[in-house]
Amino acid sequence: MTATRDGEPIAAQANEVWKVYGSGEARVVALRGVSAQFGRGQFTAIMGPSGSGKSTLMHCLAGLDTVDRGTVHIGDTELSKLGDKALTRLRRDRIGFIFQQFNLLPTLTAQENIRLPLDIAGRKPDAQWWDVVIDTVGLRDRLTHRPSQLSGGQQQRVACARALVGRPDVVFADEPTGNLDSRSGAEVLSFLRASVREHRQTIIMVTHDPVAASYADRVVFLADGQIVDELADPTAETVLDTMKRLDTHAEPVML
Amino acid sequence: MLRATLKSLLARKLRLILSGLAVVLGVMFVAGAFVVTDTLSRSFDSVFASAYSTTDVGVTAKPKVEVDELEGEQVATPLPAAAIDKIKDVPGVRRAAGLVEADGARVIGSDGKVLTSMGPPRLGSSWTGEDELVELREGRGPSAADEIAVNATVAKAAGLKVGDRVGVLTLEPKKEFTLVGVYGYSGERDSLGGVQVVAFTEPVAQKLMLGETGVYSSVQVRAADGVTPEALRDRIATALGPEYVVKTGDQLAEDSAADLQAGLSFFNQILLGFAGVALFVGIFLILNTFSIIVAQRTRELALLRAMGASRRQVIGSVLVEAVAIGLLAAVLGLAAGVGVGAGLAYLFGSLGGGGLDLAPIGVPMPAVISSFVVGILVTVVAAVLPALRASRIAPVAAMQDVATPDRPLTRVSVAGGAVTAAGAAALGVGLFADAGDATLWLILGGVLVSFVGIALLTPMISRPVVSLLGRLFSWSLPGRLGRLNSGRNPRRTAITAAALMVGIALVTGVTVVMDSAKSSLKAEAARVLKAEIMISGDQNGPRPPTYDPAVVREAAKIPGVRAAAALWNDQVIIDGRKEWVDATDDVSQLAQTYGGIVTLPPLRDDQMVVSAPEAAEKGWQVGSRLTVQPSRGEARDYTIVATYPEDALPGSIMLPAAATAGFGLPQPVLGFVRLADGVPVSAVLPQVKALLADSPEVSATDAAAFVNQQAATFDTLITMIQILLALAILIAVLGVVNTLALSVLERTRELGLLRAVGLGRAQTMRMVTVEAVVISVFGALLGVTVGAGMGTAVTRALESDGITELVLPWGRMGTYLVLAALVGVIAAVLPAIRAARLNLLGAIAHD
Repeated sequence: MTATRDGEPIAAQANEVWKVYGSGEARVVALRGVSAQFGRGQFTAIMGPSGSGKSTLMHCLAGLDTVDRGTVHIGDTELSKLGDKALTRLRRDRIGFIFQQFNLLPTLTAQENIRLPLDIAGRKPDAQWWDVVIDTVGLRDRLTHRPSQLSGGQQQRVACARALVGRPDVVFADEPTGNLDSRSGAEVLSFLRASVREHRQTIIMVTHDPVAASYADRVVFLADGQIVDELADPTAETVLDTMKRLDTHAEPVML
Repeated sequence: MLRATLKSLLARKLRLILSGLAVVLGVMFVAGAFVVTDTLSRSFDSVFASAYSTTDVGVTAKPKVEVDELEGEQVATPLPAAAIDKIKDVPGVRRAAGLVEADGARVIGSDGKVLTSMGPPRLGSSWTGEDELVELREGRGPSAADEIAVNATVAKAAGLKVGDRVGVLTLEPKKEFTLVGVYGYSGERDSLGGVQVVAFTEPVAQKLMLGETGVYSSVQVRAADGVTPEALRDRIATALGPEYVVKTGDQLAEDSAADLQAGLSFFNQILLGFAGVALFVGIFLILNTFSIIVAQRTRELALLRAMGASRRQVIGSVLVEAVAIGLLAAVLGLAAGVGVGAGLAYLFGSLGGGGLDLAPIGVPMPAVISSFVVGILVTVVAAVLPALRASRIAPVAAMQDVATPDRPLTRVSVAGGAVTAAGAAALGVGLFADAGDATLWLILGGVLVSFVGIALLTPMISRPVVSLLGRLFSWSLPGRLGRLNSGRNPRRTAITAAALMVGIALVTGVTVVMDSAKSSLKAEAARVLKAEIMISGDQNGPRPPTYDPAVVREAAKIPGVRAAAALWNDQVIIDGRKEWVDATDDVSQLAQTYGGIVTLPPLRDDQMVVSAPEAAEKGWQVGSRLTVQPSRGEARDYTIVATYPEDALPGSIMLPAAATAGFGLPQPVLGFVRLADGVPVSAVLPQVKALLADSPEVSATDAAAFVNQQAATFDTLITMIQILLALAILIAVLGVVNTLALSVLERTRELGLLRAVGLGRAQTMRMVTVEAVVISVFGALLGVTVGAGMGTAVTRALESDGITELVLPWGRMGTYLVLAALVGVIAAVLPAIRAARLNLLGAIAHD
């Protein structure tokens, strides 16, 4: 098994990944040969200004989008070789998702929403892990409510529980706090960090919020489709400083 | 404002197409009906104009019993030769030729079967030589009593060539002739409008087609130079007196065409009726679409309101959208209707040998006007409610993230209950009370209003029923999700299902009535009919098949036969009223083979019997003397010698065989054979069949087969109505497709999520399919229930008219449900594929 620089086994990695949208005048290069490795049991944040390619990188890593050049691995599985069926199965069994828009099914109760990936796979939840997840997100008394009866923060916690309940290899979170007030956002982020620290889950989170990024173990900075910097054990201040520096770096280009 | 409306219209092309399609189909039916009847009537106009092109003035005798197009065929009254001499004496007559021409010359083809016709008459005529219209193609005209010539249509259809011996059935049983000539008509035509003609020598034609020699069916008069047909007509009319009908050739052509027009307009009304049903269903579909559009445009409309648009402008913007859709649909529907009309006209023209030369397809004004009126009206009516709803959107909705709350269903349900009750009441009054002329309107209106009421009730019904139905599919996760989705928007599900309900309810209702009638007929036959063997033929025109009455007298002599009787019928005038009468050669034998409950004295030639209820109704008694005017012969007096209980004999007025000489059809149409006790049918049937060798129009069957054959008429009717209502059901299916397509569109994000967390493509498709099946089956279930209710009500109302049995066709009803499920699967195909192909990234990316 491949390992990251600090010796952890690798949960996901991108090698020389290129992604181009459109052609001619409208041609946009979203990723220009990005290589990155994400260790198991790590909470990584991907940061960058709008249009830096951070969402594209996440989509490619998660098998939601295809790459034009280079390879993407989840564990030892090379994604570009997989067809739709195998990709669907991979997402179902080995990946969890948390979206900015919560994306819960309004017809299902909280409990049913959490179980959804397992139900699709026809698997039973591990009773012990189920309890751990439910208690960590603090939703035990809300399980029979429908999404419309839950607050935004509660809905996002349901979405987090849904992503974690199948014990996926990697959880991808796309701006998970983007639609939440700071208190609900803090709750969700603490919960995500706890699931990494205490339960050895792997989370890759895309965000542009330095505070959110500060909950991660490591921050990767993207600009213009390339990785431009990296921070270990970040704080909101160090993240903000790095971003400012990257902005000033970019400024001459603007002139 | 208008620009904003049209822009938003174009942005919703899919919805535009789907909701417009319903109107297009309805309008297509309307326009098609007008185009086909217009084309056919112009085609017939030219046929008749051609047929009467060599006639300046035509003379016929006044018919003895006037019969209209839908009652049967008019029997021509023979015109004596003396009348021709009178006409010849009228100044200005260049030539007056007596013509024999009457329907009912049936040629036996080379395969031994009688040549049938799908509508055009089978004329027997006198050969009058070639003229500017008639052209011999082969051989010569008939000159001896056993010679005939036929037109090319007959020769081709029957597979005959000059020199063949040909059997022909006429007023008399089968006679054999030698075919000496085949002829056509100017312009290389095989026939005039598909009419089959057999030409005999004049005396033979007179005897066989009119019943006596020395008479004619009409006189064709040519005017001398300088005399107008109108002037000549008036002179001849004056000379002949009121017993004759004198018309110019143009008038004759017009009148013949007008007769056909009556038939065609009936056909037109049926087509329009079904178009009406289709459009009614279309209204549901459009209503649904506009409601959805308004719901989806809430933000946009609220923004317009916030920027100062008035309510009126909002209503206007929705209605303008409706008018645009209606207009476009009308244009497309009209174009499609012209195509359908042309196709139907071609089909009609090629029935029975393709004799009709079609006039060029035209687009009559009524087709254009009704297309636009119907298209726009239907769309706008359907859009009114959504437009009003749109106008009530508060401007503040533009600022909020609106989760449209589920409005409570109480109000709509109460309204639905009231409307349903009103509809049911109207239906009840129409069916069970004597409402006179209003009856039909009460029934139709009642059905229509009930449908609307039930449609309003469906949202409430849908909750429990849909969730119950859905449980059938809940064994898998996709099935469960599909079920939950179908229960998600009760109004939308309900309207979609209600549209399907209408077609299926009508089909079911008709099926209940028809099956009940069929079963009543069978039960009645089983109760009454004593004969084990029946002689009868399939009627496929206005003229029933007949046979040689000698057959029955021979059949009576077969060992094992207890009684045998032949039955004639005719439309006659008694006491100035038109009546159907029967006649038989032996009334006591007939009683034994039919009701078997009375003994009646043999009838002398001037005696008759009537049923007791008929006598009571008309005020007749035994001993009454009645004058009966048959449709061909002279009026005669008959004395009532006995009455009989209702089911003892067929019909309610029975004349002696001697009366049949004056009947329109002097040969029997039915025969009854009753066997002695213990004699099996198989011992006698072959011998009766052998006797019928020269009567190929009829056959002998055992009574059960006969009854089934009669009952089969109802099955044919059911099938026809199923086909016509299929259009309404098709439109409803479009509604299901529409609803699903919109659901898929609306739930893009959800579908993206489901796919992202691992729902496979096949599972996604299954989820959409289950939703479709649940909606369709719900609609069918409603339809079957409502239809069975309405059918039961109608059947009960018809109890006094002889529909005594009530049959609920469980088999057919089950079939409709299964078909509905199938329809759901088909309706789901495209939306399901769309859902499965959904671009995952697009679906979950934040706006």
